[in-house]
Amino acid sequence: MALSLERLGKYDPKDPQKNRLTDLGPRHFWQYFPPVIQNNYGNWAYHEVLEPGVLVHVSETGDKVYTVRCGGARFMTVQHVREICEIADKYCDGYVRFTTRNNIEFLVDSEQKLDALKKDLQSRKFVGGSYKFPIGGTGAGVTNIVHTQGYIHCHTPATDASSMVKAIADELFEEFQSMHLPAKVRVSMACCLNMCGAVHCSDIALLGYHRKPPIIDHDVISQVCEIPLAIAACPVGAISPDKTPEGKKTVKIKNERCMFCGNCYTMCQALPLSDKEGDGVTILAGGKLSNRISPPKFSKVVVPWLPNNFPRFPEVVRDVKKILNAYAQDANKYERLGDWAERIGWEKFFEKCGLEFTEHLIDDYRLAYDTWRTSTQFKYTDAAWNVSKAVGGID
Amino acid sequence: MPFEPKEPQKEIKYSEMRIYTDEELNNYTEEELKNFKIKHDIPDLEELEKGPWPSFVSDAKQGALHRRKLADDRMLIDRDVIEDMLGQLQVSFDEGETHWKHGGIVGVFGYGGGVIGRYSDLPEKYPSIAHFHTIRVNQPASKFYNTDFLRTVCDMWEYRGSGLMNLHGSTGDMVLLGTTTEQLEPIFFELTHELGQDIGGSGSNLRTPSCCIGKARCEYALYDTQALCYELTQYYQDELHRPAFPYKFKFKFDGCPNGCVASIARSDMSFIGTWRDDIRIDQEAVKAYVAGEYVPNAGAHAGRDWGKFDIQKEVIDLCPSKCMAYEDGELKIDNKECVRCMHCINVMPRALKPGKDTGVSILLGAKAPILEGAQMATLIVPFMKAEPPYDNIKEFIEKVWEFWMEEGKNRERLGELMQRFGLPKFLEIIGVPPAPHMVKTPRENPYIFWKEEDVPGGWSRDIKDYRARHKR
Repeated sequence: MALSLERLGKYDPKDPQKNRLTDLGPRHFWQYFPPVIQNNYGNWAYHEVLEPGVLVHVSETGDKVYTVRCGGARFMTVQHVREICEIADKYCDGYVRFTTRNNIEFLVDSEQKLDALKKDLQSRKFVGGSYKFPIGGTGAGVTNIVHTQGYIHCHTPATDASSMVKAIADELFEEFQSMHLPAKVRVSMACCLNMCGAVHCSDIALLGYHRKPPIIDHDVISQVCEIPLAIAACPVGAISPDKTPEGKKTVKIKNERCMFCGNCYTMCQALPLSDKEGDGVTILAGGKLSNRISPPKFSKVVVPWLPNNFPRFPEVVRDVKKILNAYAQDANKYERLGDWAERIGWEKFFEKCGLEFTEHLIDDYRLAYDTWRTSTQFKYTDAAWNVSKAVGGID
Repeated sequence: MPFEPKEPQKEIKYSEMRIYTDEELNNYTEEELKNFKIKHDIPDLEELEKGPWPSFVSDAKQGALHRRKLADDRMLIDRDVIEDMLGQLQVSFDEGETHWKHGGIVGVFGYGGGVIGRYSDLPEKYPSIAHFHTIRVNQPASKFYNTDFLRTVCDMWEYRGSGLMNLHGSTGDMVLLGTTTEQLEPIFFELTHELGQDIGGSGSNLRTPSCCIGKARCEYALYDTQALCYELTQYYQDELHRPAFPYKFKFKFDGCPNGCVASIARSDMSFIGTWRDDIRIDQEAVKAYVAGEYVPNAGAHAGRDWGKFDIQKEVIDLCPSKCMAYEDGELKIDNKECVRCMHCINVMPRALKPGKDTGVSILLGAKAPILEGAQMATLIVPFMKAEPPYDNIKEFIEKVWEFWMEEGKNRERLGELMQRFGLPKFLEIIGVPPAPHMVKTPRENPYIFWKEEDVPGGWSRDIKDYRARHKR
């Protein structure tokens, strides 16, 4: 048993079926559980966050497992993974785990092993100065920001992912390493509306968005695309068949109907959307996934567009901090960001966060009416007085 | 060991599998790394080396230096892949546009997913990433690993690929980023033969299922998320590898209504653990919370002084169905009114535990905005027992799939099909009786699509007969 060094390894291109193994599925999970997890599987009694990033889980038998949670970029080199392995071998009997939100968890079975592990993790830095394994991401704080590929590996992004996440995470580092918020705040990032990262139910969601309709590559569209599929791909019926002056099959686009979802480009490579001035970032807020207290809810668009100001996105960082700070100061204990916004009213949300409300934030797509206010219950803010003045209601 | 994989799995020993020596793995010094410049100018990326959060740029640079110092015959794709990837990323920042081409169909023989073709649109400038395909590797349930496995993956991937990866991709896979078309089959053979490990889903098939940490390390797990995730992943291997669906289909498994893997927002079929008996109360432990002996919410709020724990304000008053009371030092729960939101249990985990008669709620149709807007999953099955071999769950899945495969249009997610058909019709087709649990409110319009058989006498009527009673 060994990894092959041959150029084509065990694969024989003359007989692709030879010795092919298929449908194995993933390896079974049980073999990757450290003994303390195997011994207490299904028998956990309770847990406690001992300090930010450090958890203890206590079994019915009295066994304990201590977890140190570390943030990390989900993009890693093999060298970094090998360093994770070195730590896991040194302190955790060779076991390590990753969370759904791209945190790294090191588990030990006694408190004595905890201190050395923590000290070691805290001491490791990249030569550029950033922490390799910052401890945190538990409880009423901000945990790791899940994200998508962006310019590193995707063909449809409207912004970059890894850089924006690094910029935001640097600024929210204190919130990652502490637990002083009213409840947990989940920040998520997706670099286009396809949302590989499905950020639509996050407390704060950052979304890359296009603002220019597709450019039509008339010369090749009929060869590289199924034109009927491209037409059918448009949810607003903006694309229709057309012919070039030379008589080649192509499409035309009613630009004023486009809401820039990019689905046509996904179906047809001859309809690219990306553009330096057009592309940017939308911020959504107030979503949640958990059923705790209130049902799960969608995030709402609160900032329609900010520029792709690489590499540190100062405008995005500024608005995220505005939202987070207003929430931190104003919300009740256990209240998620969306629950807070609903309690105080969205008009107060904009006032307290210092965010401008523009017509872009009023839904005019499907089911828009469900979001219009059909009540006299509201709170006065400057935005209300502006309306009153505009219609001659007050001086 | 309560579970056995279908096929016995050989243990992987890195010492037997390894490609690289220790000297090769540690082939650069800290000093060299500090002075290391990649072959392209990347000022914006170097800016991202500053700040406390782990810098993906610093990490990429150490990978690039490591590759640069390996001998020529110690890697099968271009040495410069990481440097070229960083160079192209800087150009993308400068120009505000991606430089990856659209798609490209590549894969391994007999599978229709798991590999995503990726080509640079600047191949002359960045020749080593001209082909830069992604391979999704199906992660073990809840993402526990041992280092023998991870180190072996690293050696294989450094030798046959870029050495860049995601731990993990959004759907849950271990994502290997960047290799050539030539190496796809050899990598697949190494994965299956040596690592005993298959690739994941992409395209119009079952996507790699994922689950929360479940019973491995959580007291709230109400069914065995890993076991169900593993079982269904194995049982539906054909659906995972060979696209036969209208579009993608995702399963996710949350052990309780806290929803740590986001199944309710992110999966076409969401399994969320729940219970149907009573919350178990340890009254002594409740008193300990009230007295301040136990820290509330498992210490998750310890960073701020929120004052003394107030059970009335923090638990009783926040209960969404107002089914709790704390009187004379005793906590009472009217369980038939409870909606199992988990708040009280989350606040007092040492005093309250979910019931013991547990199962899953099944919700259907969540998806991200493409195409008709984002959807959350709709509750279809309030409660189902979830015990091996899970035949009841498989039967339900297959009923839903049968309908979707029959009626779903190209690229129509289940949730969109449910909307197009309407929930009543959907329920009828999959044979589930309607219940008020499936709606937030009953309909607000009376535009009911009555069927002919609903109405006595049917719809065929004679106008003469009508005119005999009503003059024109």
